[in-house]
Amino acid sequence: MQEKISIKRKIKSTVLNILMYLSAGIICLILLGVIGYILYRGLPHISIELLTSKPSHIRGTVGILPNILNTIYIILITLIIVLPLGVGSAIYLNEYAKNKKLIRIIELATETLSGIPSIIYGLVGMLIFVQFCSLGTSILAGSLTLVIMTLPTIMRTTQESLKTVPDGYREGSLALGSGKWYMIRTVVLPSAIDGIVTGCILSIGRIVGESAALLFTAGMANEVLGFVDAVTPGNAGSSLTVALYMYAKERGEFEIAFAIAAILLILTFVINMSAKWAASALKKKGAKQ
Amino acid sequence: MKKTANYIEKSMNVIFTICGFLAVGFVILITGFLLVSGTPAIGKIGITDFLFGTEWASTAQPPSYGILPFILTSVYGTFGAIIIGVPLGLMCAIFVAKMANDKVSRVVRTSVDLLSGIPSVVYGLVGMIIIVPLVREVFNLPDGANLFSAIIVLTIMILPSVISVSETAIKTVPKEYEEASLALGATKTETVFKVIVPAAKSGIITSIVLGIGRSIGEAMAVMMVAGNVANMPGLFKSVRFLTTAVASEMSYSSGLQRQALFSIALVLFVFILIINLVLNLIVKRERQ
Repeated sequence: MQEKISIKRKIKSTVLNILMYLSAGIICLILLGVIGYILYRGLPHISIELLTSKPSHIRGTVGILPNILNTIYIILITLIIVLPLGVGSAIYLNEYAKNKKLIRIIELATETLSGIPSIIYGLVGMLIFVQFCSLGTSILAGSLTLVIMTLPTIMRTTQESLKTVPDGYREGSLALGSGKWYMIRTVVLPSAIDGIVTGCILSIGRIVGESAALLFTAGMANEVLGFVDAVTPGNAGSSLTVALYMYAKERGEFEIAFAIAAILLILTFVINMSAKWAASALKKKGAKQ
Repeated sequence: MKKTANYIEKSMNVIFTICGFLAVGFVILITGFLLVSGTPAIGKIGITDFLFGTEWASTAQPPSYGILPFILTSVYGTFGAIIIGVPLGLMCAIFVAKMANDKVSRVVRTSVDLLSGIPSVVYGLVGMIIIVPLVREVFNLPDGANLFSAIIVLTIMILPSVISVSETAIKTVPKEYEEASLALGATKTETVFKVIVPAAKSGIITSIVLGIGRSIGEAMAVMMVAGNVANMPGLFKSVRFLTTAVASEMSYSSGLQRQALFSIALVLFVFILIINLVLNLIVKRERQ
């Protein structure tokens, strides 16, 4: 016998249902609105000239080539430094560390690092690298600041992937007489490569979107630099995000700001997709074992 | 041969140990530098005058350095974003996890992922161009750059983390709970709200704490929409947050003013540490 549900309960359920659909709808609408508006305002202003020239009053050009290059330099320098460090510390946590308490302390420190807002990183980066290490406001100082910021990401993804490497591999290798380092280098690391790749992609995403940490460390200059100049202390350069901020807030040049925003959006989309692809590859591997 | 191999093993051991403690070193380094550069100004100004002074006039003669306006603005702004963002995000998370079919939930989830990846300056730009003029028109104000606009932007920015973390929490609730409730005659919606959501409580609280952390630490987007005047907070007043107070005067500050900025950063850091601690406690309790 089907029992009837009271009207009160029915109304309550319906209202909650409507609210749920509404919320999901609102969120999709916000996304569509933000993306649509930025592309609508930004895409028409993206041109070859914008992408390949630097801002110059004499020649009357406005361009973001320096900012694109700076962003690439910052990504490269940061990854080159943070990769060995992050992978190394993940290896320590997963392969070497025995003491549970020590592991807990390191994990607590990593969590703390990933919770610190980027403006504090910017400030501390300025204190440590720009002033204390006297690197000056420079791309190098900015990258070093981002090294601290992205370390937890690389650590976490590498560690997750190290955990999926079966112990049998390690024992087999050790039983054949290899040393621990040899075992890690030839057996463990190659099997953990996809986690490291995921970490890299996530870090690139974070670096591309970062602005507050770079404002006072990498500076606001808009000159085209070579890679050697970029790693020389004292050469400042603004990334795409910092340039967007300067154009929008300080100079009110919204066309360029929206063009940069559109480029950033497309980059974000690409990075998002690759991260998803890498993560699913990682998952598949985890499931196989 | 054996000797060199041994040597390499030992040195690699040392190298990895150093790498392992790098994170701890960085935390100590950051704390140390903030303490060293943040405490002198607090000492000079006096801790009560600094924390509870209602006026910030760093370039006036004589200057006054009270950061209560910034603290309250950060608290109100975060609170506002949570009040709007959590119900919205939670509803959306429930929808994605339990009600929607696979295709719809994949679309919503992809949207949420994309939202979380958009850089904060882009949100700031959109806020500046759309939300600020809109707030000005709707509420008939001379200037739309105020706390309310900042709250809206912050709400949008915390939504992704609220949604994805609570969705995960809702999904981990055992299927038996749901089945038992349905078997007892509850409707699907009643089951979701009276059984599943309470069971996923700690995960949902985690998502709220994460949202608080994100919104209290946000600087660039807020700087572009909040008006950036050191007023005591009001919903339609131009305000300055803790984060933007640090960022906006840093480039031209000197002397005690500069030291005071570092002290603000120290206060912000303490706030973040407290939030982290709460988060840790929740996670720990859940594990037990």
